[in-house]
Amino acid sequence: MSAALLIDILLWGSVFGVGLIAFRRGPPVFKASLREGSMDFINIVPRIALGVIGSGYIAAIIPQEVITGWLGPDSGWLGVATAVVAGAATPGGPVIGFSIGTVALKSGGGVPQVVAYVVAWALFAFQRVILWEIPFMPARFVWFRCVVSVPFPFAAAAIAMVIGKP
Amino acid sequence: MGITLDPTEPLSEPSPNNPAPAEDAESEPRPGRVRKPIGWSTIIIAVLVAVSAGLVWRRDGTDGVLEILTHDLSLFGGILPRVLAGCLLGAFISEILPHEKVSRSLGPKSGLMGLLIGTAFGAILPGGPFTAYPVASALLAVGADFGATIAMVVSWTLIGYGRAVAWEIPIMGTDFTLWRILISLPLPVLAGALGRFVYVRIYPQPAAKDDEN
Repeated sequence: MSAALLIDILLWGSVFGVGLIAFRRGPPVFKASLREGSMDFINIVPRIALGVIGSGYIAAIIPQEVITGWLGPDSGWLGVATAVVAGAATPGGPVIGFSIGTVALKSGGGVPQVVAYVVAWALFAFQRVILWEIPFMPARFVWFRCVVSVPFPFAAAAIAMVIGKP
Repeated sequence: MGITLDPTEPLSEPSPNNPAPAEDAESEPRPGRVRKPIGWSTIIIAVLVAVSAGLVWRRDGTDGVLEILTHDLSLFGGILPRVLAGCLLGAFISEILPHEKVSRSLGPKSGLMGLLIGTAFGAILPGGPFTAYPVASALLAVGADFGATIAMVVSWTLIGYGRAVAWEIPIMGTDFTLWRILISLPLPVLAGALGRFVYVRIYPQPAAKDDEN
């Protein structure tokens, strides 16, 4: 996929860029950060392996239909609240999350509810939080970040209600 | 924790406690970044995975289990180089960013500007979760506060272009995606501001120990 390739190029380009800056600060700086980064990588790999290899099983037992059911044409704030829970509970990666959003949109789900779903998924999808955020970040930060983010899918839905459809 | 100075950057404000001179920058160990090979979250995920795999096995038999395993193994192989890139990016960034400057522009007293810088940083950061979280963790370690880091993480997830270009536009369409991003524009700054507001009330001590769990 070309977008993925573009992202890889940008990613490694950035690594190269900051690596060059570090190198110009002197080889010890460069070597120290290279060692730090590699150690981080080695330490993180088992957890990533568990998450990535295991996530397929978690996704397989929470079928998409369950989530789609929660995103029915239920309008109003109750629908928004359900959508937020559904976003957090959606297993799997972006393909599943966005596909569910599309299905909900096509099957008569309200636009503010779908926005709330997509934003909640982006902010709290449990699998990303467990698989990526907690291994890399201090746990205290992750919980704090999640709690503080709770109002924002609702805020997004409110904005969507005010400014109307795309 | 010593404060590392950027030798090229003159100090604009007096620093009362400055134990580490600039030339120590490379020998000084990086603060924070506590490594915890097996934590409680790993155990929870392991249990979750084991239970799910058991349920899949009961429903689809060994073939079902193996099918998912092969698929996810190839996914894992594809992700691995990116995880390495993310870790290196985080390490280089935390090494080259001067702590003094970061805590001034992204620290607890950085105000709205700090939240805006965090938001801009999250929006332009390339890559996926394998970049965003190591870099966010590095920012925390070199002096950004919870508020600015929250703005960065929320901005990456809501208005960053990586996922939007790779997944959201192809699946949900350009109109919806751009409209959704437009709606999301104010959210990172608001989330960061709320984070800061709550943080100083929960943890009144201006914490320098953010990276312990």
